[in-house]
This record gives sequence, structure tokens and C-alpha cells, in this order.
Amino acid sequence: MARMKFLCDAERCIECNACVTACKNEHEVPWGVNRRRVVTISDGKTGERSISVACMHCSSAPCMAVCPVDCFYQNDDGVVLHNKDLCIGCGYCFYACPFGAPQYPQQTNFGTRGKMDKCTFCAGGPETDHSDAEFKKYGRNRIGEGKLPLCAEMCSTKALLGGDGDQVSAIYRERVIARGFGSGAWGWGRAYPGGGS
Amino acid sequence: MLRKKTGGVAIGPRLSSALTELTGGAIDRRTFLKRSGLAISGLAAASALKNGMVTKAEAQTAAGAMEIKKSVCTHCSVGCTVLAEVQGGVWVGQEPGYDSPFNLGAHCAKGAAVREHAHGERRLKYPTKLVDGKWTRMSWDDAINEIGDKLLSIRESAGQDAVYWLGSAKHNNEQAYLFRKMYAFWGTNNGDHQARICHSTTVAGVANTWGYGAMTNSYNDIHNSKAIFVIGGNPAEAHPVSLLHLLKAKEENNAPLIICDPRYTRTAAKASEYVRFRPGTDVALIWGILWHIFENGWEDKEFIRHRVWGMDKIKEEVGKWTPEEVEKVTGVPKSQMRRVARTMAQNKPGTVIWCMGGTQHTNGNNNTRAYCVLQLALGNMGRAGGGTNIFRGHDNVQGATDFCVLSHSLPGYYGLKKGSWKHWARVWDVSYDYIAGRFADEKLMQSKGIPVSRWIDGVLEDKANIDQPDNLKAMIFWGHAPNSQTRGPEMQRAMKKLDMLVVVDPYPTMAAVMHDRKDGVYLLPASTQFETYGSVTASNRSLQWRETVVAPLFESLPDQTIMYKLAKKLGFADEMFKKVKVENDEPFLDDVTREFNGGMWTIGYTGQSPERLKKHMANQHTFDRTTLRANGGPCDGDYYGLPWPCWGTAEMNHPGTPNLYDPSMPVAEGGLNFRARFGVKAPDDWGGDNLLTEGAIEGLSYPVGNELKAGHPEFTMAMLTKLGWDGDLTAEERASIDAVAGEKTNWKTDLSGGIQRVAIKHGCAPFGNAKARAVVWTFPDPVPLHREPLYTPRRDLLPKYATYADKQAYRLPTKYASIQVNDYSKDFPTILTSGRLVEYEGGGEETRSNPWLAELQQDMFVEINPRDANNSGIKEGDMVWVKAPPDHTGGEGGKVKVKALITERVASGVAFMPFHFGGHFQGEDLRSKYPAGADPYVLGEASNTAQTYGYDSVTQMQETKSTLCRIEKA
Repeated sequence: MARMKFLCDAERCIECNACVTACKNEHEVPWGVNRRRVVTISDGKTGERSISVACMHCSSAPCMAVCPVDCFYQNDDGVVLHNKDLCIGCGYCFYACPFGAPQYPQQTNFGTRGKMDKCTFCAGGPETDHSDAEFKKYGRNRIGEGKLPLCAEMCSTKALLGGDGDQVSAIYRERVIARGFGSGAWGWGRAYPGGGS
Repeated sequence: MLRKKTGGVAIGPRLSSALTELTGGAIDRRTFLKRSGLAISGLAAASALKNGMVTKAEAQTAAGAMEIKKSVCTHCSVGCTVLAEVQGGVWVGQEPGYDSPFNLGAHCAKGAAVREHAHGERRLKYPTKLVDGKWTRMSWDDAINEIGDKLLSIRESAGQDAVYWLGSAKHNNEQAYLFRKMYAFWGTNNGDHQARICHSTTVAGVANTWGYGAMTNSYNDIHNSKAIFVIGGNPAEAHPVSLLHLLKAKEENNAPLIICDPRYTRTAAKASEYVRFRPGTDVALIWGILWHIFENGWEDKEFIRHRVWGMDKIKEEVGKWTPEEVEKVTGVPKSQMRRVARTMAQNKPGTVIWCMGGTQHTNGNNNTRAYCVLQLALGNMGRAGGGTNIFRGHDNVQGATDFCVLSHSLPGYYGLKKGSWKHWARVWDVSYDYIAGRFADEKLMQSKGIPVSRWIDGVLEDKANIDQPDNLKAMIFWGHAPNSQTRGPEMQRAMKKLDMLVVVDPYPTMAAVMHDRKDGVYLLPASTQFETYGSVTASNRSLQWRETVVAPLFESLPDQTIMYKLAKKLGFADEMFKKVKVENDEPFLDDVTREFNGGMWTIGYTGQSPERLKKHMANQHTFDRTTLRANGGPCDGDYYGLPWPCWGTAEMNHPGTPNLYDPSMPVAEGGLNFRARFGVKAPDDWGGDNLLTEGAIEGLSYPVGNELKAGHPEFTMAMLTKLGWDGDLTAEERASIDAVAGEKTNWKTDLSGGIQRVAIKHGCAPFGNAKARAVVWTFPDPVPLHREPLYTPRRDLLPKYATYADKQAYRLPTKYASIQVNDYSKDFPTILTSGRLVEYEGGGEETRSNPWLAELQQDMFVEINPRDANNSGIKEGDMVWVKAPPDHTGGEGGKVKVKALITERVASGVAFMPFHFGGHFQGEDLRSKYPAGADPYVLGEASNTAQTYGYDSVTQMQETKSTLCRIEKA
């Protein structure tokens, strides 16, 4: 059984934003909503490091725990998805999320939030696979097509890896061995404590 | 890990159910490696192949057949494959092109966003002209007729040279070739493209050192490097996918990554050694490194003795660059210089990479030659892992340069001499007299035209001072942003003074809005490269063939069609397209490829037939990711994209040349030596030394298998006869050679390719075998010298490192000393430099019109060091004026109003602006002046508005990497 994970190797990420535009491209995400973004630490100084961040599809996801309408579900691959028809845009998940993943389209001048939007690991949503409704609400369902998330597939330096956690770790491990050190697997300890499945 | 299985069927809604059904299926090992995202490391290969896998869903079939079209990204020169999913003529998806050895599926922000073409909301949609200040729609026929009539009337009144044809690095090879041919048939050399202002100093400097002016190795070959030295380049932003290859060397070879740049770039953030130096002091820096190399005897003496001429004269100059002097001029600490020199000497082979930071200077040609000399001294040339890896900018700037969409040469760098014109007339199948008759006279036909960097002077300069009959009256911007050229206010005056301004582009560009005119402006919508087909040359000299992804959007037309319509109107279409099939005004580009295959002998663009290129694209997966060589399969033995020189005819089946000047392989298999381009002997006043390679060591003095076993001059028919090799020519080859010039026919003018074939059969490079020359006696500074920028803050270094004397160049008066003599450093104390952002490209009109990219960079900015900002009372986010010193006539300089970004990325005393913005001009927002619906999402000031005068002493490259400015709160 696959357990889907993302890994961003901070030794390789060059903040080129390919993951961001690949996501926009694949899912036609509107201006103002970023399911994935690149964060740079110590910008312009020695020690500058960038990491690409989106929903990490945590093992025991805080968003699921706090959602008052229980709109989240985690599929058998470990991908955390949600049902936009149930979402009330309360924003609790945003506060709970350690990665700042949930996004809300601005819908009115009074700041009410629209339905939460976030990375789906390119796995669509609860609607029928590959239906128009699924595409409009959640974007393309690449997993259903046998493909991996486009952000990771298009990463310019293969810093962002996405797929079966075991294989992602295997790849990263080999990279670390070649490199002789490893500090780049940003956020893994937090998202997948104890290896997580 | 998911992977694709061919022949599978779409199953179950969720991955988990898919997995359960398919666990016993066959595994495509290569697909697995690619999908793992780590094929590049090679190490992943041995790791577990799990049995979890999923078939590619075929749910698409429900909505109509999904086709995959293969194209190449249109942004930088890495040449990333774009896989487009097209359904019913609509571009609905983009997939990673894992088979490409260049990008292995990877893209940067721009490449990952090219499908925005499917929307194209902000494109120019139909031909339009400015009538009394209003954009008015018109038909293609009317547009071509009106523009054509005006051009013909200007030709009548002011001569052919009054029209300027500004072409593009965005043309594919066929279009670039046609464009160059078009202004030849019009009868002028006043044409150019972006290469003038990006790597012209590289091409001139490098070609004059060892023969060809191009990247010597490849992005992939960097996998073999034991050290990587980058100067004046920020590939993490300008060529992000190249970092895939650099980081592989860094991680797996433990190769030190040395970044020399005035700015702590995103690339510097990945460096093992970052060298910050003052803009415009590259020669001093390189000589400073060489000082340690010579001092410690770290140079490769064997290599120099066999393959380099003039190193002794370099040594004399380098001797002056003691660590103290280098620190004084560049600001780099003495200890760091020694460390860098030692690192380069101890980690061989190392590669040297440079970009615009090195080229855009008044002594840019000195910089590029100094970099070459460093590599020659280290013996890093002509070997895998070494070389000068010059990263070109646009997707086809290498190709457009090779086809010489330039003001000083004919395709293939043949020059403008009478013999060159005769060669091309033979290829074009027109008489020399016909072509000569198109020009005003033979003198103008053989004299360099005005370069793009100076077109404004062609308009504004007093007619009496220009070496042509009249000023420029019409300007045709064909895929070229005006905000990439300096001196904004003067450019605006020039645009206003023109009789006609024509823009041919998918987007309006800043040329459509900054001219301050009420009429005489035409905008013609061109298609992009995703709406046509043809070949494109990546930075490593490999050619790739693009398929048409979608039909031209709106009323746009591909460049070749627009050129045909215009040529027809101007009366030379029949001659120009004599060898090309034309349907509905659209020339068939495969015929154009075949035509240039028949003429580009100098640089070996002759073996790359459309058929061979298409075969490579279809079999990308058979090429090795490091050597680029096909291992088995239909292209067995070929190098990917047949990197030029791909000698002889396509039938000869030369595999291309992966690394230039590498004698470890036979020429027939991609080996080479330095070109004998400068005669066999140095001029007497330079000592009269032998220039051919010395010694008789196979693989060093000459390529493996060379039967002459020595240096030799370039091949002519007479030489073949003398060697007794003429019998190897076929009767057809012999007849073709005799028809050109008999015994005087050489490897460049032989239209049969026979001379090249026979030379290579005997293991010889057709272009001879000589030493590289470290001293270019034909240039203003034969030994590269440090010269202060025209606008220098270091008056204390004058006159020791003063600039050149004023001179006449490229038909125009060109100022040096008369500008540098003025001290602007008091009123304009900050050094201004410029560069790229990853999200945008070039003048930025296309990328700023793409919402997925535009959202990421919404404001034009200037980077200011915190110390300078605090001293000027500027806070983060403040609007500031960046003001340029007075222009060359003493008039007020340009100024731009931009946001302040306070950062230590730049040193105190240095400011940086990105050059992709446009649409604001000296504080004014020009959005209302765009044609309705064609304004880019993001506008901003163009950095070049406030960039100043200053042009390279050989090529007229503009000096945008080191000038002065004053920054004050707006």
C-alpha cells in the first residue's frame, strides 16, 4: 500500500517557482490562491535557503482534528482531501495547519471566506473521478490517471519529490549518501512523526 | 511510487484500488527511474523496484482523442522539452518531458506555465494601427499594403539603409535564416537581434581565441566537472534547469561551486565559495587568479606548449596584478583570491560559466577573452568536464546568432566580403549581380550595419556623421522588446522622429506605448513557436525540432508567413523563396532547413536534416544523459540534437560534436582541435611565431586518427590535391567543387561537402588544426586589459585604467574618453547593475501577460543595501527615483520610479534592478495606451530607461552591468 508524501530538499530548491506555476497550470487555480508556494529563509544573506510548501498530507492531520463540519477525509494513500460542499470557510484548519496550507478565495468586501482550497496531491476530490465538477472544485485528478503531482514532476532541480513515501525516502537517502550530509528534508519530522503511515 | 504502464486500462476511482489490481504487472524500469525524480543522480538506479504501479488512465478517451505534441520551451536556452496534451485542437494539459536528456521532465516557473498559450488573453489579436492616437483594427492585406508602400517610398527618398530590420532570438532557425535573407534581399545590413546586447562580446572574444563563438561543452557535460566557476551569471534564475546539472556535479563529484558576482544571487546561495567583486572589474579578478596560478606554477604547461599561442604576453600583463592591486581594484580579499586559484588548480577538469554580467561592458570582449585564457592556462579546454560553458539567454539566441541576424555578417559567420555574398548567392540560386543590385552600392553592401544597441543614434545623430546616405526613417521591431535597450528618454525621441514604427510580435511590447506618437505605428500579431514548427538551437549547439502544438491563435500568423507576404509586397518573394514550397502564403519550413543545410558549411549546420532532427525527437530516450550519445536504437552513435559542427551532408551521417576542440576522439566521432582561423603564423610585429599546434602527441597535438599527425592549415581543394587525397572525391563532388572555384574552393565554399568528407575520412578537422591564441592582435586590446566603466565611481583608478579614445564604429560616432572624463560620481554615487528574475524573461511582455507568472512578481523594484538606504532615509517598500547621470549630449538623464527593496544581496554602494519590466515611463503609467485587452497584467518601469551610454569596443554591446545612479525618495 502506497503512502503518499512530499519531500522538499532544501539543499536543492532554488526558488524557481516551477512548482507554483505547474500547480496553477494543472488546476487552473485563480489569481490570489496558491496551493503551493516557495518560502525563502534568510533572503539575500549567507545561509539563504528555500523550500516549497503545500499541504503535507500529514499522518494525523491537525486540520481534520479541528474541522467543525468534519469535511476532511484521508484516503488509503494517506492523501488528505476535503469536501468543498461541506466546508463553511471558518478558517480553523488554517490556524491548525503547521504549514499554512489552507487558502481562501476572497469572496466579499467584508472578508468572509470562501470555501477552503488546498493542495490535493493532484488526487481530485469526492466528486466522480475526472468529472467537470471535480475539476472545477479540486482540479485535475492525476493520481486517478496514474500520474504523480505535477509540481514534483516538473521541479527544476528535483528538489521537490512526491510519491510513495518509501520510495521518496529511498531517493533522498541515496542523495544524502552522495552528498555526505543531510539537512534538507524540510518539515518531515513534523508531518510524519515516527515515519508515519 | 506510481508509474506508467503502457497498454494498461483505466480502472477504479482511487489509487488504492488501482494498486490492488495491478501489483503483478510488468515494470518499466526506465519510467520508474524518471518518475522517481532522481534519474539524474544515477544512484537511485539500484534501489528497490516496488511492485506498486498504476496504469495511465484513459478516461480522456471519453472526451475525444488526446494527442501529445512535442515542442521545446520558448524561454531560455536550456531547451527543455514541452509535452503538450491537445484535445480537439485545444491545449488542455502539460506533462513533464522525462525523455529529454536536457531537462528530464524538469521546468522552471516559465516552462511550467507555457500552457497559458491555451488562454492567450492578453495577446495581440488582429492587425491594428494608430490613427489620431486611437488603435484601429485593420485587415492583414491592408496592413501589408500600407506598410509595404511606406517602406518603398522611404527606399525611394532615403535609401534602403533608412529602414531598420530588428529580428529576434525568438525566431526558430528557419525563421531566423529567412529574416536574415529578407533584409539582404531588401538591400541593407541594418538588421540585428538580441545577441548584440546579450553575448556579442562572447561570440567575438571566444571565436577570436579558438575558432567558434559558442558554448564549448553542454549543460549535461557539467556532470563531469570537478569544479564549477561561474562569473557574471545567475543560472538559478536565468537557467534554472541547468542547476539540475550543476548540483549533480556539486553533490556527486563534490565539485566546488565558485560564484563570482557583485550580487549575492540565488545561485550564490548554493555556492561553496562566493566571491563578491565590484561590477566591471572582471579582467582584474581573472588576472588576479592567474597571478597565483603562474606564481605557483599551477598552469598546464604541456597543454599550453602544444595548443596555445601568446601565453607569455598574458603572463607579462598578469604579473602586474599582484594580490594588493587586485584587492584595490576589485575589492576581493587577497586570501580569497589565492584560495580560489588553488581550488581551480586542484580540481580539474573545471568548467567556467559566464553570462551577461561579464559581457555587458565597454571592455566586454576583454572579459570574455580573459575567461578563455584562464581555461587555457589550466588546460581545461577541449575535454569533458572542462570548457567555457557560456549560457545563452533566449531559446534560440544561439540559432539566430548562427544565422547571423546581425548587422555584420551573413549566415554561418561568413562575413560581408564579396566572396561571402557570392557564396550565399550560389546557395540562394540567384546571381551575385541581382543581390548587389538590391543594395545602394557595393561599399554599403560590404560594410557593417548599425547595431540594435545604437539604432536610436541612427535616427538622432547628425546625418553628416553617419556612414550611410541618410538617417533611419522606419523601425521594424520583429520580436524584440525596446525596453531591452538603454537610454530611455533618447529612445522615446527617436521613436517620435521616425516616419514609421512597426511591431510584429505576439504581444504589443513597450514599443507600442512609449513612442508618444499619434500615428504611423502598426502592430501585427505574430504567432508563437507553439503555433508553428521548425528547429531551435539550444545553448550547447544541439538542434531540436518543434511540432506545431495548436493552430495560430486569433488572427496571428507565423513569422514565415508574414515575411512571405511582405517580401511579395516588396517585390522579391519569387527570388527569395525560389527553393521553398509556399502554400497560402506560408513557406514550408522543412525546405528552408534543407536550403540552409546547403550553405552553412563553416559551422556545420549541414548535417542536421529535418528527418534526422525529427528522428532524434522521437527517440530522445535512447540518448545518454551525460554524454548525450545515443546508445543503440535508430540514432545509435549520434549526439542528441546533432550539436554543430555536424560536418558534411546529412548522408555523411556525422554524429555532431558534443564538446568542441576535444582531440581525444576522431573528428568523425565528434572529436576536434582548435581552428586554424588566424593563418599559420603570427604577424611579424607579434613575433611571427608558428600558430599551428606543436608536437606529435595523439589526443593532444591532433585528434585521434589524424593521418597528418600534426597541426595543419584549413582545407582547400589545392591542399587535397597536394596530399593526394583528391582521388577520394566522387565525380559529383569534384564537378561541384570545380563549378565553385576549382582549386581555390575551400571547406567553407564547397557546396558538395566533399572536401569536408575527405578531410574527415583522413581524420582531419576541415578547419585546420592550430593553437588557440591568447592574444588577439586584431582587437583594440590584444592582451585583455582592465578598463574602468565609462561611468566609474573610482576616479582614483584613472588614468591608469582609463577607457578607449572616441572612435567611429558601425557607421556611427562612438564615445568613450569624452564621457569618462566627466566626474559624475559625486552626484551619482551608486553603481547600478541589472539582471534577471526567474518568473520573467527578456523585456517581459509575454511573461508579464501570463497570470500564473505575473502573480508572483507584481512590482518593479530596486535592491538597495541597508546601509545606503539608511543613509538616504529610504525604507523598505518606499517609492524611490533611480536617476541616471546626464546623457552623452549633456541633456538630462533617464529616471525611473520604483519600489525600494532593502537587502544585503547587494553591497553598499551598489544597486540592482531587474530588466523585465515595462509599461511605465519615467513615473508615468502607460496602461491606457495599450490596445484594449492587450495590456500585460503587470507593468513597471524599465530599468534600461535609466541605463546609460557605453558600448563594447569590438561589438557595440551596451554597458548595462556597471553604470552610476542616484537613488532618492520619491
